[in-house]
Amino acid sequence: MKSTMTYRQALALALQKEMEADSSVFVFGLDVPDHKRIFGSTAGLLEQFGPKRCFGTPLSEEAMTGVALGAAISGLRPVHVHIRVDFMLLAMNQIVNMISSLRYMTGGRLKIPLVIRAVIGRGWGQSAQHSKSLHGVFAHFPGLKVVLPTTPQDAYSLLRTSIRDENPVIFIEHRWLYDVQGTVDDEMKVPLGPPALLREGNAATVLCTSWMAIEAMKAAEVLAKRGVELEVVNVRTIAPLQDEELIASVMKTGRCIVADYDWAFCGFSAELAARVSHACLGRLKQPVERLGFAHVPCPTTRPLENAFYPSAVGIIRAAERMLGLRELDLAGESFYSYEQRFKGPF
Amino acid sequence: MSISPKTSDLTSDKLASSDGSLSREEMFLLYRRLLLARLCEERIRLEYAKDEMKTPVHLGIGQEAIPVGVCHCLPQGTRSFGTYRNHALYLALTNDTDGFFGELYGKAIGPGKGKAGSMHMTAPEKGLMATSAVVGTTIPVAVGAALADQYQGKNGLVVSFFGDGAVEEGVFWESLNFACLHRLRILFVCEDNGLAIHTATAQRQGFRSIPEAVSPFKCHTASAEGSNLLSVIERTRQLLSQMEADPKPGFLHGTYFRFLEHVGPQEDFQMGYRRRPTPEEFEHLDPLLRFEKALREHGGSEEEMLQVRQAVEKQIDQSVRAAREAPFAPPAELYTDLFA
Repeated sequence: MKSTMTYRQALALALQKEMEADSSVFVFGLDVPDHKRIFGSTAGLLEQFGPKRCFGTPLSEEAMTGVALGAAISGLRPVHVHIRVDFMLLAMNQIVNMISSLRYMTGGRLKIPLVIRAVIGRGWGQSAQHSKSLHGVFAHFPGLKVVLPTTPQDAYSLLRTSIRDENPVIFIEHRWLYDVQGTVDDEMKVPLGPPALLREGNAATVLCTSWMAIEAMKAAEVLAKRGVELEVVNVRTIAPLQDEELIASVMKTGRCIVADYDWAFCGFSAELAARVSHACLGRLKQPVERLGFAHVPCPTTRPLENAFYPSAVGIIRAAERMLGLRELDLAGESFYSYEQRFKGPF
Repeated sequence: MSISPKTSDLTSDKLASSDGSLSREEMFLLYRRLLLARLCEERIRLEYAKDEMKTPVHLGIGQEAIPVGVCHCLPQGTRSFGTYRNHALYLALTNDTDGFFGELYGKAIGPGKGKAGSMHMTAPEKGLMATSAVVGTTIPVAVGAALADQYQGKNGLVVSFFGDGAVEEGVFWESLNFACLHRLRILFVCEDNGLAIHTATAQRQGFRSIPEAVSPFKCHTASAEGSNLLSVIERTRQLLSQMEADPKPGFLHGTYFRFLEHVGPQEDFQMGYRRRPTPEEFEHLDPLLRFEKALREHGGSEEEMLQVRQAVEKQIDQSVRAAREAPFAPPAELYTDLFA
């Protein structure tokens, strides 16, 4: 059945469907069953499934991550939720030393079907400790799958796929995406791996992650007015990375802008740029461009924060440079339309 | 410098246990397990210099009575989690010397096909789920396994083995708190040798004692003389029956003396951070000598003990030979076992 819903509703629906389908699925984490329900993404679960399958935890990120692992190797399918991905840094020992490696270290005798959901914060003064994405960090470690859905459909389908996967999946959700509305087909399955082609074009390919897909679509809309068609490809699963379609797109357009929602230095954008450069060397008309966070901790105050983040404007300017076009006057354009919906405080 | 652990009068070397004495058959079974752990490690000490066993070994000579004693008391189906000092635990649970030496030699016949080595010995099919080379790291995983037992309505038991250093890690307290909060069926076993690598307890712990620090938590606690197998068994049984009667986690604290260096096959008394035990102390701290004495006092003959020793030595000889001759995993094995 198709219906219109927000990203947050899509997440809650995916959890509900998986918990209905499989009694071994449970959802836990700090404040998961409180009155705010992780911005509504765990709404209804406590009422339908009870405190055994939807429960809050002590403030013990490392131990709770170990608990998820212990449950996963015991035949359960835990979904552990963090209201900010930054808090996962407290659990890196379990994630990196145990979860990513335990199957390998046991010669393949243990299966680790678990999902860790985490929210990326932005805006309203989230500052340096509530705004990271970290997907490149997680993807760096073999043995973890890393998923960043942008659309409500992807949030729904990829969360269901992640819960059914037999391996550990880090599932990262941008806070601003929670308000995005879209059509969700509750029958649609999306496998981990392939990217999503969001817009076809021939001038340049934009490879984008998470919120940057929204920015890239805005940039494409603006450039289309002057006859420049960007191809927008949303990398939804960054590990294991399936790059055939990314490379095929750049082979078609001959130009590539990587717009990653993370720091550029040593980041996932560098991996994409390296792969595209290697695979498309003779076909590239310009060097690959990379956009990411400024290489500083995220500042609190709005003017500096705006300068910190990559944006649609940055994508437009990069495309103009690559195509040898003069800079368009963007005064009449409305950017950050989703930010206007976000009134804080968290 | 004092010898750690302190000698104690917690229990005598009698056969008394909370639910009666051990049978003669059990005594010899226990003797076999103690000897298996000891002689496997003595064999590692002999072989190690040949540089064929390329894995850091954290030998547990002096520690054996704790894993052997605890494992003797566990019901069928119990799942255990351990540390890098896991040889006695692995052998007590599996008796699998082929796999054990195979893994140490890095061969495909090892339980981890050579991907694990000494520090990550596991045998999920025999209940040894995970061991780790990062202190404290398997403790919350054990708690998660116990939570799964509760969730699935199983009357299972989980045991988490760790050293005294782990008690200084935050994750120990996080895990203990969660297990007590949910009244999980988990037995925490602290194998206390008074050293974190080379740093003594007095340089590390700002509290009076580990059992006292744990005592405010809602769990059953007991202390055993970890060099005395009979004490370990008695206290483990006592804890398990308390856990049965009043469902809460158990916490067993056992002290023992680490005879060798932290990692590697040598003694290190000459390094000056601790002194060599006197012969009298040695007899008290060595769980094998202690148990042999108890066995003799209760009618075990030298001949019977020798027979056990010879059988164990033969088993080890065969396994070492098989492991040395076994093939390594082929290069393609590098990329297997990452994802299911």
